[in-house]
Amino acid sequence: MPEHTFRVNGEQVTVTVEDDVRLLWVLRDILGITGPKYGCGINVCRACTSHLNGRAVSPCSIPVGDLEPTDEVTTIEGLAATVDEDLHPMQRAWLDHDVAQCGYCQPGQIMAAVALVRRVTEEGRSITDADLDGLRNICRCGTYPRIRDAIRDGAARM
Amino acid sequence: MTEPGGGGDVAGSIGRRRFLGYVLAAPTLVTAAELGVASAAGAQPAAAPRVADLLDLTDLMTVATLPTAGLIAVEVHADGTASFALPRAEVGQGITTSTAMLIAEELSLPLDRIRVTLADARPELVFNQLTGGSNTTHATYRPIRVAAAIARQRLLAAASAELGSPAGELTLSAGVVTDRAGRGVELGVLAVRAASDRSEPVTVELAARESFTVIGRPHNRVDALDAVTGRKKFAMDLAVPNALPTMVCRPPTINGTVNSVANLAEVAAMPGVTDVVVIGTGVAVRARTFGQCVDGVRALRVSWKAGTAAGKSDETVLRELAAAELPLGLLPPLTPTVEGRFTFHFRGNSALEPNCAIADVRADRAEIWSALKSPIVARQSIAARIGLPLNRVTVHVTEGGGSFGRKLFFDAALEAAEVSKKIGKPVKLMWHRADDTRQGRTHPMATSRVRMSYLGDAVLGYQQRHTSVSTDLGHGLGEIITAFAAQLPVGDIGFAETFFLLSQEQSYRFGVSSQLLSETDKGFNTGSTRNVYSPDVTTARELIVDQLAARMGSDPHDFRRRFLRADRAKAVLAKVAEVGQWGRAMPAGTAQGIAFHAEYKSVSAALVEIDCRPETVNRPIRDGVGGPRVTKVVFAVDVGLAVNPRGLEAQMMGGVMDGIALALTSSLHLRDGYFLEASWDNYFYTRQWNTPLDLRIIIMPDTSEDPGGAGELSVAASMAAVACAYGRATGTMPTTFPINHGTLSFEPKPTVPPVPASPTDGRDHAS
Repeated sequence: MPEHTFRVNGEQVTVTVEDDVRLLWVLRDILGITGPKYGCGINVCRACTSHLNGRAVSPCSIPVGDLEPTDEVTTIEGLAATVDEDLHPMQRAWLDHDVAQCGYCQPGQIMAAVALVRRVTEEGRSITDADLDGLRNICRCGTYPRIRDAIRDGAARM
Repeated sequence: MTEPGGGGDVAGSIGRRRFLGYVLAAPTLVTAAELGVASAAGAQPAAAPRVADLLDLTDLMTVATLPTAGLIAVEVHADGTASFALPRAEVGQGITTSTAMLIAEELSLPLDRIRVTLADARPELVFNQLTGGSNTTHATYRPIRVAAAIARQRLLAAASAELGSPAGELTLSAGVVTDRAGRGVELGVLAVRAASDRSEPVTVELAARESFTVIGRPHNRVDALDAVTGRKKFAMDLAVPNALPTMVCRPPTINGTVNSVANLAEVAAMPGVTDVVVIGTGVAVRARTFGQCVDGVRALRVSWKAGTAAGKSDETVLRELAAAELPLGLLPPLTPTVEGRFTFHFRGNSALEPNCAIADVRADRAEIWSALKSPIVARQSIAARIGLPLNRVTVHVTEGGGSFGRKLFFDAALEAAEVSKKIGKPVKLMWHRADDTRQGRTHPMATSRVRMSYLGDAVLGYQQRHTSVSTDLGHGLGEIITAFAAQLPVGDIGFAETFFLLSQEQSYRFGVSSQLLSETDKGFNTGSTRNVYSPDVTTARELIVDQLAARMGSDPHDFRRRFLRADRAKAVLAKVAEVGQWGRAMPAGTAQGIAFHAEYKSVSAALVEIDCRPETVNRPIRDGVGGPRVTKVVFAVDVGLAVNPRGLEAQMMGGVMDGIALALTSSLHLRDGYFLEASWDNYFYTRQWNTPLDLRIIIMPDTSEDPGGAGELSVAASMAAVACAYGRATGTMPTTFPINHGTLSFEPKPTVPPVPASPTDGRDHAS
């Protein structure tokens, strides 16, 4: 069985598993990193949203064989460490706005939000309603309005 | 008795009344109270035309708890913390937070020193461990406070002995008891000294409402930090030894069963796969990873027997419903009428966390982990399924990733137990999203017909006939209703009809009024979806109310205000009209709508603004539905007493999002015995691009000593207000819901194999 080496939350890991197993299951079922959630398995609901080299991706749709040793995967568990804090500013905004209800989609929501703010910042502009409308992460509890407020607030703190 | 629609103080004044509780024998202080302390004592049913006005579902569920005498206990620990195992399911509604607040109030302990966990299935609680009907806070509000207040009383008595000061001269604050000389004792020390070596009843006074410092103030969720850091554990996140991922290959039609499997051994030899076994609902595949389960499920070649909805489609079910409809009246009306007939299509009730459970079934015992809202019935059913005595089956209730009624059913726990027994290994069983959408629970398709008769400016009568595909209440709620139906003034009718009568109250003075339910077709897997009947029933009513108001030349708001009975009902309506600037000038193609709904001893009103202009409706959305956009919602709610206004606001927000989805975008299409929808890119729940940019939720001042229900409350008024706004914006009253059901906005996924392939292009979509 092939070995795969890549980085997760700042540490190098090596797993022995078939090439075509998707990253989500390598994280959850083999490495025990359960922050990214399953919601659809086909890159639709975005509950598993994590970062690959700083960009938002759906690990349910990435074969582990596609990863290189230099690839850096960041899950919700590793987000705060990217800013050397106990909590990322976006997580603090999430707490201040009491966004989560059941909480199942929220790791993915936060990871998508951080990537959105990074992208918008790189484009030299601030978050618009159209940007927020473009977020595809589903929240079946319907926390959308608080998510929007928290993202604007978190963006100001990032 | 309170005025119908008025909710009010059912329990009578609590003031400084004494309540009975217990001190239990334990190494540290444990105090307890009985669940269901007579909060519905004043609600004796009497012969009357409108059942819900006298005794609603909230009362019934609370009355049902009275004889069961199961105690709920607050424990104070030597480390100065308190803990409580809540016999309910936390699925996002915030009841662990509100429960911690009740204990904090009576025990004067900071919330971060109170741990609220979810109790395992406790059969002695009988009817009292069912999370549904928006009943949790109403039923537990007083018992939890009684237990906590007794703990406080005992702690102060122990401190009095310790410090040599009269208890009346002691203060308990932030977990320390202090006397007038400034000497203090830590709660943890007192927890041991206040312990009892025998169990005995004691009485206690509850904190007076005027003195509340926690209840009624906004508080963030106690599990928020775990949620935002990924530490919150759901069933599939638990590390149960050797419980490997398991999925089920399911039939191409609803409730089909396995005929034969052509390649079982071949699939069992696939990478990662450990076991393949036929079960009652399909073929289970256990593997090292869920991804390999998906591959195994897709590789299976199964021949299937037809299911319970073979050959059925939206059209055939509509014909069944039409045939089951009851007449609107026996005689033709003698006065002018306004009438309407409305169709509500099947809707999915999947939460974001799919149906899932862990099971470890051994020869002589079994252990189950799942988010269960009816764990006692689940435990009985599982024990029967695997042939073990009840006392050999342990059922743990895990935190749930949403429910909306779904987790009243325990299909995954039953399946997990069956698989684990058959293969003799622990399993972590999860439904694929396609399974949840196609074989999961649905909100039943229904029609609702309304006739209002009037003369001049008087409303003479209101008739509503609701006809629905049967709603499955076989999760415990049905048992509660059946057990108590004989005591209700409803005659000899089934529990679905009883449930209907209990949940529908007539809030308007509409003369002679009747609402009846008839059901047909038990072939579907149905259940509630954040409310059972109310969103549809209310939407039908409020649309006809708008029609009658127009017929009488009255403004929709003024008309409702004139006919609503209760002051608190008029107050929420007036509040949304004021804050939402009802009647303001709006561009053509946009409009406001207003609606009212009362249930669970709570009242609510919604004012909605909608944009139905073509440039908005046709805005491009990739793999999604745009459609009319709700641009603004003002929602006012009076739940009697709001324990945690911030949590209540969150519940109202969620219900508003559901109401928008039910009115505009969310439905299942039935064709050839299966639902076409197979994922979230087919089933259009509200998304960010459908979210109102302006949402204002107003929590009205308390009007009662008791909290009413809230979890499902806001769906009905929201859905109705969106429908009314749509009708006013387009000039045509909508009669089919959701309004876009006639347009199939996606390419249906195949049914064989039953789950879609996992994509491989994730890196290409990095953003």
